Amino acid sequence: MADEKENIGEKKYKYSIIIPTYNERLNIAIIVYLIFNHLRDVDFEIIVVDDGSPDGTQDIVKQLQQLYGEDRILLRARAKKLGLGTAYIHGLKYATGDFVVIMDADLSHHPKYLPSFIKKQLETDASIVTGTRYVKDGGVHGWNLMRKLTSRGANVLAQTLLWPGVSDLTGSFRLYKKLVLEDVISSCVSKGYVFQMEMIVRASRKGYQIEEVPITFVDRVFGTSKLGGSEIVEYLKGLVYLLLTT
Amino acid sequence: MELWKRFDLVMFTGTYNTAILKSYISFVSRTMKHVVKILSLLVAVSAFWIALLQAAIIPRSHTWLLPIYFVVSLGCYGLLMVGIGLMQFPTCPREAVLLQHDITEAKDFLSANGVDVRSD
Repeated sequence: MADEKENIGEKKYKYSIIIPTYNERLNIAIIVYLIFNHLRDVDFEIIVVDDGSPDGTQDIVKQLQQLYGEDRILLRARAKKLGLGTAYIHGLKYATGDFVVIMDADLSHHPKYLPSFIKKQLETDASIVTGTRYVKDGGVHGWNLMRKLTSRGANVLAQTLLWPGVSDLTGSFRLYKKLVLEDVISSCVSKGYVFQMEMIVRASRKGYQIEEVPITFVDRVFGTSKLGGSEIVEYLKGLVYLLLTT
Repeated sequence: MELWKRFDLVMFTGTYNTAILKSYISFVSRTMKHVVKILSLLVAVSAFWIALLQAAIIPRSHTWLLPIYFVVSLGCYGLLMVGIGLMQFPTCPREAVLLQHDITEAKDFLSANGVDVRSD
């Protein structure tokens, strides 16, 4: 009886996956392949927001459109590098799903976790499901001790000051209800990873239900982009800003 | 006044002030900025500390040092949390290997289906 009801009343949701790209010619193809592999029975669309990549990322996306269909992969490019927050806003304009997933294009976020995000949301009816790298079943690969120390110190500081209610503040692998994302993103002004922090803290302050799922994060670009003193200063400034304005 | 009477007064005043502040905070917490919440907490704790000073149950010299003890223990707690977190930091070396497999699999499929997989 309960099973029957479930099947008849079951609503099929659509998921819009927004992926901002810049010079991710190879990675975007691999990510699209993996998404199609892991979301076989799910109604979804992928929105690639490319900021005028000089390496031909958009050509690759057009080839992927030939392979998978232009209704499944949307290319909504912009003229030049304009920043992450505006990339999400731009992608949101074209999203037709009930839910929006945001993820990175550099393969640090593996699409194999998408089913667990969806499942968690359906189980709990959460407004936001965020991936956390800092719990037992999660993890990070590719960081040295110094990087782990900075990450852990930053996390403890943010937890003490902000009481955010999530364990991974700077993570950018998240599932939002579309209306919730539209609401939260309109009130955020920061840039970079402080933007991700601002989103989750503002959502927490507004009382949206936030759930977490463990994810693993494979950092393959760590060697090339270091966490320097200026990043730390930016982070501290961001913390103070969030402390005072949220 | 006797010692036990003063203790009562301190406890009552401190608890009363904290209770009032807490209900005020939860009443307006939706619109109140987070920093205001923290400041209210600090004010409550300070009120309690001042009450302790005035009641002079603990010798004044000790009471004056209480804020310093508080800050130091907060710092130690923070360092402890960082250390513990660092020791328990979850790693996933297997995932890097799995990712390489996925990449190879993806490249094979894509190149067989008309997608260019050169990275330059």
